[in-house]
Amino acid sequence: MAKMEKVKYLIIGNSAGGIGAVEAIREVDKAGAITIISGEPYPAYSRPLISEYLASRRPLEKMLFRSAGFYEENHVRAILGQKVEQLDISQHAVRLENGRIIAWERLLLATGGLPIIPQIEGIDRKGVFTFFTLDDARAIDRYLGWRIGRAVVIGGGLIGISVTEALVKRGVKVTIVEMKERILNTILDEETSALVEERLKQAGVRVITGSTVANIGSYLGDTVTGITTDGGIPIPCELVVVAIGVRPSTELVAGSGIKINRGIVVDRYMATSSADVYACGDVAEAYDFIYGENRLTPVWPNAYMGGRVAGFNMAGVPTEYAGGTAMNSLKYFGVAIVSAGIVNLPDDSYEVVSKKHDHTCKKVMLKDGLVAGMVFVGNIEKSGIVFSLMKDRVNVDGFKQALVADDFGLASLPEEIWQPLLEVPPSLLVSAATSVEQPEEIVIGE
Amino acid sequence: MKRIYIREQVCIGCHLCEVYCQVAHSLSKDLIKAFKRESPQPLPRLSVEVSKPVSFSIRCQHCEEPPCVYACLTGALQMDAGSGVVTVDEERCIGCWTCILVCPFGVIRQDTHRGRIAKCDLCAGMDEPACVTNCPNEALVYAESGAGALTKVGET
Repeated sequence: MAKMEKVKYLIIGNSAGGIGAVEAIREVDKAGAITIISGEPYPAYSRPLISEYLASRRPLEKMLFRSAGFYEENHVRAILGQKVEQLDISQHAVRLENGRIIAWERLLLATGGLPIIPQIEGIDRKGVFTFFTLDDARAIDRYLGWRIGRAVVIGGGLIGISVTEALVKRGVKVTIVEMKERILNTILDEETSALVEERLKQAGVRVITGSTVANIGSYLGDTVTGITTDGGIPIPCELVVVAIGVRPSTELVAGSGIKINRGIVVDRYMATSSADVYACGDVAEAYDFIYGENRLTPVWPNAYMGGRVAGFNMAGVPTEYAGGTAMNSLKYFGVAIVSAGIVNLPDDSYEVVSKKHDHTCKKVMLKDGLVAGMVFVGNIEKSGIVFSLMKDRVNVDGFKQALVADDFGLASLPEEIWQPLLEVPPSLLVSAATSVEQPEEIVIGE
Repeated sequence: MKRIYIREQVCIGCHLCEVYCQVAHSLSKDLIKAFKRESPQPLPRLSVEVSKPVSFSIRCQHCEEPPCVYACLTGALQMDAGSGVVTVDEERCIGCWTCILVCPFGVIRQDTHRGRIAKCDLCAGMDEPACVTNCPNEALVYAESGAGALTKVGET
């Protein structure tokens, strides 16, 4: 029998969620043994930075999410480049690829997501890539060395646009093929999508919407030389990037008895249906404060927060997850855009307040007096105040127009909202210091 | 930790805090040079909010549970474990603006020239933040948090 080791905390996944959990655990438990396992061979790096890597070969040291000494300082044993092969819930143990068995008292599943690979003829050809990990970016980078001039990106979502921007910076001519009628259709409203599309076109990108790729062809053995759309349009290219979406990486959990819907279902404490097992990040279906129910919201900040909450609970400090929602900040080709919540209105029970200038646009989506969604373009510096009102479920009916005003800020809100935020200790309040005394009566002519 | 408290009742919205913040974060530390010669002009790390008759000057509150640090994609934003000050590593910030979206105070600035954020650092290395020192009406107070003690630096 393989040698059995035991740790108090076992974390599978070494990205935002896993690191969030480590940091929370170490805030309240300095001693309990933590082991973190990842199939990727790198210390925790910032996944969103892979586009910077591809665009300008950003060095790994500048992509690290935490300092080089992170694991040592936090007394964490990191097993990197090893996949977990089997999970045994009843034994509270996992088996790694190399046969090693590790038993745990509390387990966090932060296994993330995996790119969805569509069934397209020729998908296995040389020159077809996904864009999700640093290794993906490295593989594309190496391939670009072969004088690659043209690329097709399948999918006009966040990842598709990120890789497009990086490729454009590397001098590659890119065509985006998007199935729906517009790019970034899940995170942006129609008008803002159009604005990004315009910018892409100005940068020389061809955008084909309402279309899919029927096959990836080759007249050079097995190396990609072009694609054909379902409409029969042939597009010559040497590189194809598949970016149609990401799904929760639940393989390990399948058959374990842990409840899975689209992702691993967790409660407000990030606990799964199985005792001592927690989940967070892209793999988890956690509370969404806009919908008031569990949803997949696979974005970095939610992964970190979910991991943090899971970490506290694993360490025995009951902590409730306030919830997350879809939220993104983009800066493609120089335009700053933030979006959050519901931006494409499902029915007419929503109201939109908006204000638009040449280079800036603010839109706030409201339902029953509460902020349900927001899109800010250009002037985004105060957007966090609106996000906060949305998160705290504050009724904004009385001042909704102010939210999109040019000079919007904290002071635009009713005093009872901003006043408590300033938290001035009573001794510093001015009213105590400047009490008005009765003027002395001046007697004249005595 | 010491925090900057706002006494909005006596703020007259003169924007001097903004001017001195810019100078304190300029290369030259000289008022004339900072405004006339430096390009790009240093960005103030605070903003003066006006909604007449109310006005106040607000900057990073160095939250105990900082949403910006938790949301930061690159790890550039960190909370110093010892001092509680929320700092940004300018080398690692890529200007993705995710922190801006989650800041409930709306006080993180976009330094578009340098492609990164600019935020209050409580004037690291100085005894008292420049905005506090130069507020003509004492509308800003630099004091120890929690206890509510009105002890300004230099008076202890």
